[in-house]
Amino acid sequence: MKTHTLSVLVENKPGVLARISGLFARRGYNIESLAVGPTERPELSRITVQVGASAPAVLEQITKQLNKLVEVIKIVELEDTAVRREMILIKMKADPVARSQIIDIVQLFRGKTVDVHNESMVIEATGSPEKLEALLEMLDPYGVRELVQSGLVAMARGSKSLTDRSTRGERLKPSAY
Amino acid sequence: MTQEQQPKILTGAQALVESLERLGVEVVFGIPGGAILPAYDPLGQSELIQHILVRHEQGAAHAAEGYAMTTGRVGVCMATSGPGATNLVTGIADAYLDSVPIVAITGQVASAAIGTDAFQEADIRGITFPITKHSFLVTDPSGIPGAVKAAFHIAATGRPGPVLVDISKDALASSAPFVWPAEIDLPGYKPTVRPHARQIREAARLIREARRPVLYVGGGVVKAQAYDELAELVKITGIPVVTTLMARGAFPDSDPLHMGMPGMHGTVSAVAAMQRADLLITLGARFDDRVTGRLDSFAPEATIIHADIDPAEIGKNRNADVPIVGDVKLVIGALNGVLRGEDMADRAPWVSYLQGLKERYAPHPEPTKDGELSPQYVIQRLGQLAGDAYYVAGVGQHQMWAAHMLPFEKPGRWLNSGGAGTMGYCVPAAMGAQVGVPGQTVWGIDGDGCFQMTNQELVTCTLNNIPIKIAVINNESLGMVRQWQTLFYDARYSNTDLKSRRVPDFPMLAEAMGAVGLRAETVEEVDEVIKKAMEINDRPVVVEFLVHKDAMVWPMVPAGTSNDDILIARDLAPEWEEEIL
Repeated sequence: MKTHTLSVLVENKPGVLARISGLFARRGYNIESLAVGPTERPELSRITVQVGASAPAVLEQITKQLNKLVEVIKIVELEDTAVRREMILIKMKADPVARSQIIDIVQLFRGKTVDVHNESMVIEATGSPEKLEALLEMLDPYGVRELVQSGLVAMARGSKSLTDRSTRGERLKPSAY
Repeated sequence: MTQEQQPKILTGAQALVESLERLGVEVVFGIPGGAILPAYDPLGQSELIQHILVRHEQGAAHAAEGYAMTTGRVGVCMATSGPGATNLVTGIADAYLDSVPIVAITGQVASAAIGTDAFQEADIRGITFPITKHSFLVTDPSGIPGAVKAAFHIAATGRPGPVLVDISKDALASSAPFVWPAEIDLPGYKPTVRPHARQIREAARLIREARRPVLYVGGGVVKAQAYDELAELVKITGIPVVTTLMARGAFPDSDPLHMGMPGMHGTVSAVAAMQRADLLITLGARFDDRVTGRLDSFAPEATIIHADIDPAEIGKNRNADVPIVGDVKLVIGALNGVLRGEDMADRAPWVSYLQGLKERYAPHPEPTKDGELSPQYVIQRLGQLAGDAYYVAGVGQHQMWAAHMLPFEKPGRWLNSGGAGTMGYCVPAAMGAQVGVPGQTVWGIDGDGCFQMTNQELVTCTLNNIPIKIAVINNESLGMVRQWQTLFYDARYSNTDLKSRRVPDFPMLAEAMGAVGLRAETVEEVDEVIKKAMEINDRPVVVEFLVHKDAMVWPMVPAGTSNDDILIARDLAPEWEEEIL
């Protein structure tokens, strides 16, 4: 099962997310992560979805079925080189002794301490999934009390924009046929 | 002048009716209720739109399908919120699986009440997400014209399908300036209709060279009305044809190159044609599991050309060597353009092999031992006497027998529920079909099980002068299920005995609904009742045929097995000639 990252440009209308998540559920596709938000154009939203596909044909079928949704405007599979980020908030058990050690680790990962109490602290960090995993591994021995993580957002490198007006030509698997 | 500058102020309900009129809608099938009530006021006053008051919303949805199938236009059904809307669901699902263009208009509770579990509230848009091509929820009267216009456009173009427009009661009741949108703005919806020239050339090359090619013709050819193009393609290439359940009639059965229907209950010649083909030219078909049997052994030697307007169908079940996205009418036309006058590989041994199978294993009515009527005989006789009528089947054994026995000579005259397999489709779909082609003969061929699901629409037919004819093939059981119990459950007939010789009395039931009720029990009576039914044109007719209950549908490819394991009777496989083709 290989994980693919799809950027899906959709009309910003109520019910779009329900349609897309419903499609994944109904056809038995595997969502590993999902993030939705506005774009620089108010009429468009952008969904970043990570899907697992056991074969290229499965990914092709997923994109074709997504493309059939009337409100889906464009789908692009991001290459491995794309910028990928997740954000994580971690509430740590942290007595005064542990605190400075935790802060050291967090700084190594360019994270931030956003809340401190006598017995706890909240860490904020962003980065690639691999980096956040490494951070968590380091923090784990100190005791993680609570953890919340965003879905992955991603963007291709280079000057091209997903929201460029050309809506059809750049779809994944452009219809060469 | 001022009128043009100042759009007229209409209520949402008036805007809805005005929109439907502008789209040329002539008939709406529906039932009013609380939330949709405002719409029924201007609808009742419309001089352009006839509303047919059905007896159950499922009937409205199937009637819209039947109307769409015989007219090629968008069928319209209407219902109120909650249970009215959920009753449409089966018909919407049916239209989705068979790509029938319908628009379902539903009332919704007032926008302020949405989400509060209000009286007769159901999230019909959410419920129908997986079974609609698209859907709209409109809560503002100014949004109605645009949504309705877009709904019709989406339903009718590309791969056709059902579209739902859910309108809140306050949107219907309040007013707004009526603005008819000149353009529909759907940036994410641009169906590809023109096939790619390179793909056409590649397909044409394969077609010229293939020694064992088959034209695998599906319902898309019917939706695209590509009959003339298909006939020319066959003429140019001499390639044998199979027509799926959805495509029966797209190519005349009487043509020597027509090998019949493929699939689970297909003819031996059609199944053999696909299994032994070196090239499948797939036109508006989708490699449905009922056609392919076990996928990994389906048409093992065939190269696949797959033409469909829906790119998602291509490669979904079977990888396509030459994918072609486009309107199948344009696809076949383009192929003809390239192939006209070209030399073809020698296919004489292939054609004569298939024609031999066709002759040897032609479907025929089996005589019944106890003197009761053979259902195949009844359906065959009906086809012979009714000729070019429109035929509408329910779902089950009678449907398969009809698919084999009726005369499929003219296109677009066969309606049935293929993908969804909706029992109860026949009577309401026949009603809608008849409304689409007044003055033509519409015969429904229904089972006693199916008929008991939706026969109430005969009341609608009687009251609206819709003179459909329904043949009820009464084998007093859920016959197809019973057949499987016979074959796969050691004849343990759990809950398939309908006892429908005792009750209901079908002719009496028909008479109670204002139709004429007839019955035939013997061979002599068969012709008699059919002729009598053919003479009645002022009201519906129901003819009950009491038939043998152990008759089975053959041939059969048992579910989950390979098409190579087709049986022509119980435990009886065809004799394959081991010719080298």
